[in-house]
Amino acid sequence: MNTPLRRVGLAMLAMVALLLANATYIQVVDADDYRDDPRNQRVLLEEYSRQRGQIIARDGKILAHSRATGGRYEYQRRYPNGPMFAPVTGYYSLRYGSGGMEHAENEILAGNDARLLVRRLSDMFTGRDPRGGHVRLTIDPRAQEAAYRAMVERGHRGAVVALRPDTGEILAMVSVPSYDPNQLASHDGRKQERAWIRWNCDPDSDSGCREHGNPMRNRAIQEFYPPGSTFKLVVAAAALENGATKDTKVESAASVVLPGTRTSLSNFAGTPCPGSTLEAALAHSCNTAFSKLAAELGADKLRETAENFGIGIDDLEIPMSVVPSHLGELASDAELYQAAIGQRDVRLTPLQDALLSATIANRGMAMRPQLVRELLAPALSSLDEFEPEELTGEPALSAENAEVLRDMMIKSEQNTRGAGAYSHLKIASKTGTAEHGARPKETPPHAWYTAFAPYDDPKVAVAVIVESGGKHGDLAATGGALASEIGRITMAAVLEGDQ
Amino acid sequence: MSRPVGLAGGRSDGSATSPGIGPLGKPATRRGTEAWLLGFAAVIMTSALVLVEANQEQELTWAIVWYGLAYFGVFLIAHVAVRRWAPYADPLILPSVAVLNGLGLVMIYRIDLALAAKAEQIGTTHTGDAPKQVIWTAIALALFLAVLILIKDHRTLTRYGYTCGLVGLVALALPALLPRSLSEINGAKVWIKLGFFSIQPGEFAKILLMIFFAAFLVSKRDLFMSAGKRVLGMELPRARDMGPIVIAAGVCLGIFVLQKDLGPALLFFGVVLVLLYVATERFIWVLLGLTLFSVGCVIAYSLFTHVQQRVANWIDPLATYDQPGGGYQIAQGLFGLGTGGVFGTGLGSGRPETVPAANTDFITAAIGEELGFVGLAAVLMIYLLLAMRGLRGALAVRDTFGKLLGGGLAFAIALQVFIIVGGVTKLIPMTGITTPFLSYGGSSLLANYILVALLLRISDAARRPRKPQKPRPQQPAIAEQHTVMVQAPDGPGGKS
Repeated sequence: MNTPLRRVGLAMLAMVALLLANATYIQVVDADDYRDDPRNQRVLLEEYSRQRGQIIARDGKILAHSRATGGRYEYQRRYPNGPMFAPVTGYYSLRYGSGGMEHAENEILAGNDARLLVRRLSDMFTGRDPRGGHVRLTIDPRAQEAAYRAMVERGHRGAVVALRPDTGEILAMVSVPSYDPNQLASHDGRKQERAWIRWNCDPDSDSGCREHGNPMRNRAIQEFYPPGSTFKLVVAAAALENGATKDTKVESAASVVLPGTRTSLSNFAGTPCPGSTLEAALAHSCNTAFSKLAAELGADKLRETAENFGIGIDDLEIPMSVVPSHLGELASDAELYQAAIGQRDVRLTPLQDALLSATIANRGMAMRPQLVRELLAPALSSLDEFEPEELTGEPALSAENAEVLRDMMIKSEQNTRGAGAYSHLKIASKTGTAEHGARPKETPPHAWYTAFAPYDDPKVAVAVIVESGGKHGDLAATGGALASEIGRITMAAVLEGDQ
Repeated sequence: MSRPVGLAGGRSDGSATSPGIGPLGKPATRRGTEAWLLGFAAVIMTSALVLVEANQEQELTWAIVWYGLAYFGVFLIAHVAVRRWAPYADPLILPSVAVLNGLGLVMIYRIDLALAAKAEQIGTTHTGDAPKQVIWTAIALALFLAVLILIKDHRTLTRYGYTCGLVGLVALALPALLPRSLSEINGAKVWIKLGFFSIQPGEFAKILLMIFFAAFLVSKRDLFMSAGKRVLGMELPRARDMGPIVIAAGVCLGIFVLQKDLGPALLFFGVVLVLLYVATERFIWVLLGLTLFSVGCVIAYSLFTHVQQRVANWIDPLATYDQPGGGYQIAQGLFGLGTGGVFGTGLGSGRPETVPAANTDFITAAIGEELGFVGLAAVLMIYLLLAMRGLRGALAVRDTFGKLLGGGLAFAIALQVFIIVGGVTKLIPMTGITTPFLSYGGSSLLANYILVALLLRISDAARRPRKPQKPRPQQPAIAEQHTVMVQAPDGPGGKS
């Protein structure tokens, strides 16, 4: 019986050998894959024991920093003015991971980036705890604060984006309602969970959370809306590029019938256009004129111009990724009629809408929007600096045509209602009032305003959207009445800071 | 290995325990070696505890030294008992068990700390498992002593073979027959609740059934040796001799259906196959058994969705990560193992609590994370050492029953480790069985200490010098012939 027993011994040896070989495979050969898997929470926990870098504004104001707690998780993330800057900073949570800038620049902030490697090694030898690098943003805190307060004080929901036309730097990016990232960064698990549930619940199942309005969605870049009349800037640019001038005769009837249908499309308030030139049509935002103009241009030409404004780019990262704006199918003339006034399937993000004004302000050339100005090492030496970059390399319209369009926008601003029409700001603008929803005539419209200033030496371009008629859900809301005021306040804040 | 140890010799009171080769040519008992190794195990356990406390930023107090000494003291009692009641037992078996048990306790305590911190986070409290496991260890050692004292000669067990078989079957079936309120914990209907504590009778049934099978095969061995038809050059057993293996397969199927788990069934079936093979020396039984098992697996796979899920989790746990009952747990274990790498994060510096069931089924993942591949390999080698020393006892013992039982028990340890560690490291599909001596759980610990006591008893018989004036009543002649012929008169241990 000893022979089979010895063979059993061999079998036991073989089993242990198999286990060892397999463990070698898991722990040595494949180890890195498992270690770096995003679902491996150990990496996040490890990060918590290291001082994460700061997120600072353009002027050095601290937007996010890590504070030593002395507890089990050594550092806690703090966000002074959390809700105001939440769309910019994002959040960093033990339980729910990270979002926004905290996520996009995590490698630098956590100190894992290859550019920090040499410093990390020297930290190891000098015995200092490794720390994360810092991220300096393009954000102008005064503009951000002005825009945020203007929205919140009036009880609006929506977004504000301010850009520097010549560089694409994002000066303000506001999304209202907002959330407080401090609560998600709490080391109290229950607090984190309560906050997360309050701001993320499924809007269909719980009527209570519709009131909160999905605050963790960054409306400026993650949400798109029908742009309404602000889209006429694109149609006008395409027309100018294809031979039209400001004096080109256009349709001035109060309404037109959509080709191939019996539906009619009318001007705002149902009146004929006060003028019959392209300039007058834009200044008074005449729908019928632009519908016909777009149909005459055709889908291809309209699309070409739109693309150079940035509409349709699907990999834009600022470094958070931006939902691509689009024009829709544009398959028929009827569709073109409606698309021309920013309805039908045309959808722009507020960032894209600001880019329309910024492009015109920058003599027709769209600049790639950026939120990061500089990456800094833990000791504040510069690692990488932001450089302005053209968005597509092709101008959306020529410098001369951009000037023509600018003059039209100056006239448009003169026709725009709303408080704060400061003449000294020298604004060029376009408003929009966009119908939306399943029953557009009974749903309060979105109010838009896109502008730049000063028109003779543009320093700032903005876009504002006030969702669904603002606080009171006004069916007769217009971009001029609701959104323009907020845009002007934002631009004023930027321009005052520059002086 | 056989160096004389003064301390042990000095303390001993009997002549039989003197170190080295005695004046009458008696083989060394090597109890001194055992005592030193137990001391070494206590040092390892204490150092591990110090590391955990330091890395978890607990206060380092002299209490740790007392824990270490208390642990050493408890095993010293076991050692003295072995010295008294099984003086010739293998000296490496008990220290191996002591290291594994000690490491298990430290790991369970370490995971307690982490779970307590986690519970504090969400505002609840975590009751530590380590104190309970310490109590279980004490009870297990008491049981270990009882087995050593009560069973003076393992051959007496043959008399109770059928009793063991019956009790084992009843123990196995009892939880399934009892109402849920008395037998179900966390959805597993394998318990008997006894007021303050609960036990899993299946763990004990495993040993009882092994005794039954060994006794049964020894008494009926000649039947299995007789040849049936020859097919393709292999002698097939006669149909009526297939009884035991069919019964074994039936019992396994029963276990499987009742517990919804392949692990215990696989363990039991594997051990029975090895017993059959060793008893008959015919490999055909292994082939037959494996065929039967494969067929069983295919049927189980096609019938039960939870088996399919387990297989899917095994093939790619990352793909089924988010499914209910999916690969989350295995993936977390793999993340831990991968993060540990070759040398580990250090005891107390990892995050083993991230893996669900870190202190039971996945305790080897915790060890692999904090002690790395090196630590995991060391643990596996200790298991191998334990099983091999057990097998060595079986090889050297003179009676057929002892050989069968010893071989079966040793193989049971190795197979159990293979099934659970293989499951955790994604070598085979995960099946829920315990890791001997390491994982948290009273029944498994008690049963495995009984198993070790039996192994010590058999190895003691193997190395004990024969008393020529009083030949023992022999087993059936045919059964004994082989072993008598190959045994050197004075060759304890033989060659393995």
